Amino acid sequence: MTLLKRLTSVLVMALAINAVAFTLQAQERTGPLRIEITEGVIEPLPFAVPDFVAENRAANDMARQIAEVVASDLSGTGLFRRIGSDAFISNITSFDSPVQYADWRAINAQALITGSVNVTAGGRVTVKFRLFDVFAGSEMGGGLQLGGTTTSWRRLAHKVADTVYSRITGEGPYFDSRVVFVSETGPKSDRRKRLAIMDYDGANPQFLTDSSSLVLAPRFSPTGDRILYTSYESGFPRIFVMNVGNVSRRALDDQQGAMSFAPRFGPDGNTVVYSLSTGGNTDIYKLNLQSGERTRLTSAPSIETAPSFSPDGRQIVFESDRSGTQQLYTMPANGGEPRRISFGTGRYGTPVWSPRGDMIAFTKQNQGRFHIGVMRTDGSEERLLTASFLDEGPSWSPNGRVIMFMRETSGAGGAPALYSVDVSGRNLRRVNTNTAASDPSWSPLLP
Amino acid sequence: MKHLSKAVLVVAALTLAACTDPSRLGGGYGGAGANGAAGGLNDPSNPISPAYFQQTIGDRVLFAVDQSTLSDGARATLAGQAGWLAENPEYDALIEGHADEQGTREYNLALGARRANAVQEYLISRGVAPNRLSVVSFGKERPIEVCSNESCYERNRRAVTVISAGGLGS
Repeated sequence: MTLLKRLTSVLVMALAINAVAFTLQAQERTGPLRIEITEGVIEPLPFAVPDFVAENRAANDMARQIAEVVASDLSGTGLFRRIGSDAFISNITSFDSPVQYADWRAINAQALITGSVNVTAGGRVTVKFRLFDVFAGSEMGGGLQLGGTTTSWRRLAHKVADTVYSRITGEGPYFDSRVVFVSETGPKSDRRKRLAIMDYDGANPQFLTDSSSLVLAPRFSPTGDRILYTSYESGFPRIFVMNVGNVSRRALDDQQGAMSFAPRFGPDGNTVVYSLSTGGNTDIYKLNLQSGERTRLTSAPSIETAPSFSPDGRQIVFESDRSGTQQLYTMPANGGEPRRISFGTGRYGTPVWSPRGDMIAFTKQNQGRFHIGVMRTDGSEERLLTASFLDEGPSWSPNGRVIMFMRETSGAGGAPALYSVDVSGRNLRRVNTNTAASDPSWSPLLP
Repeated sequence: MKHLSKAVLVVAALTLAACTDPSRLGGGYGGAGANGAAGGLNDPSNPISPAYFQQTIGDRVLFAVDQSTLSDGARATLAGQAGWLAENPEYDALIEGHADEQGTREYNLALGARRANAVQEYLISRGVAPNRLSVVSFGKERPIEVCSNESCYERNRRAVTVISAGGLGS
């Protein structure tokens, strides 16, 4: 625990000072197993996850599947490299047997993850696991036991991987999370859109709405229990709030003749910021869900939209074209004089404050290309992470390390898909979805 | 089949005539023109038909990139729309604002609202009663042209005036 604490504080400090590049302590390391954040070249850390040991017959399949998901989570970060089981010298046949470190050193496994699975007749699943620092010849952190059900086994696997990831990187966990997004089908001129939700890795997709109404840009509440989104079910864009558990929904605000969109929760889960268009002018408003009280935060003839709270709830970042083009501004959460923070060439939109509070992700449009980028909250240290015909709408992972966004291809057959990228700009990956997909919103870590 | 469903839509619109719900409207999104039985409300040669409005008067105006100002040509089209609406007081109009795909979703919704409003204001300035007009923005959600270059974009940056039977309390 002290080791973990020490690593965490060191790494968080390093991040706070300057994001971000990973380098790995390679084989000749002298300290404990860790991934250290420095300016350097990435060399993924080799690890081994043998199939977990099935403690009873009912656990046979799950013991293998859980190890697969753990390996997939870790490899998917780009920070870890899985060593295939065909290279293994040792096998893990008992969770409590001593580890033959020499056998794992011989195949250069820096980290070894072992586990066991028990499944009761009633569908209860118990997973135990251990993490070993192979070259130090010791266990890293204590073993852990997790309980769940056969229907939630993937979450147990994600929790195992989250623990391993956090212990080695010192970063917060993020695998045990979900993503709400817009599933898209049909031709570009008549796209059908449905809200859908899935695990962060694309597993367990479910629809939340049918395709009868156009829906846009869902956003998770800070506890993951509700979703804000924009729907045309009345014929006009209006904001709805949906309860994720029972899929019930209600319109947020009912102002005749107005169009509302671009909602986001504040960190208290009771405040919503959004845009309202009346008479052709779009401004930002704040709504208290409990009291229904609405406060106007901007009053300008320009477009003010895409507001996003800072995690401490004290500021709001938004986009405005008051200068003539779309740019990013911050203002106090109760309104007040906005301060422009984007000054590069091109147009900036869809700002999202990171859950760490230290950075703002955005969409940038410049010379016919779109980028996902990040900057400090004062606009300094802008870095572009991606580039394509159309990259748009970043959403932060719960630990503020990864950004998911949509990438749309051009032309008549063009369609959007979800991608993720490390905040360092590395590890660009497509996220598996059954249909074309847009507007991802990453949940907080599940409870 | 397509023609039939369009005709059914317009008939339904005439029957229901909801005040503000644009889903009642035939020809929404400014897609293909409506055609129907000769002499009916879908007959483009019938000057009191929405089809005539759509095809002969001209139901849409186009905008420059990231702009919502009306060109001289757009004003001429809208003057024609205002004249038709004056002669056909039983109809209401919904103005749809649209943007091309070069822009972020929220901004394009706001931009479409600006464009629809520019048309609404112009029609009002030409004598159309404000309570006959409503506006909606679709941002970049409903392109009519699907290629990814300016020849398509210029036709997607549009405001479309969609006619429907109204007058029942709007």
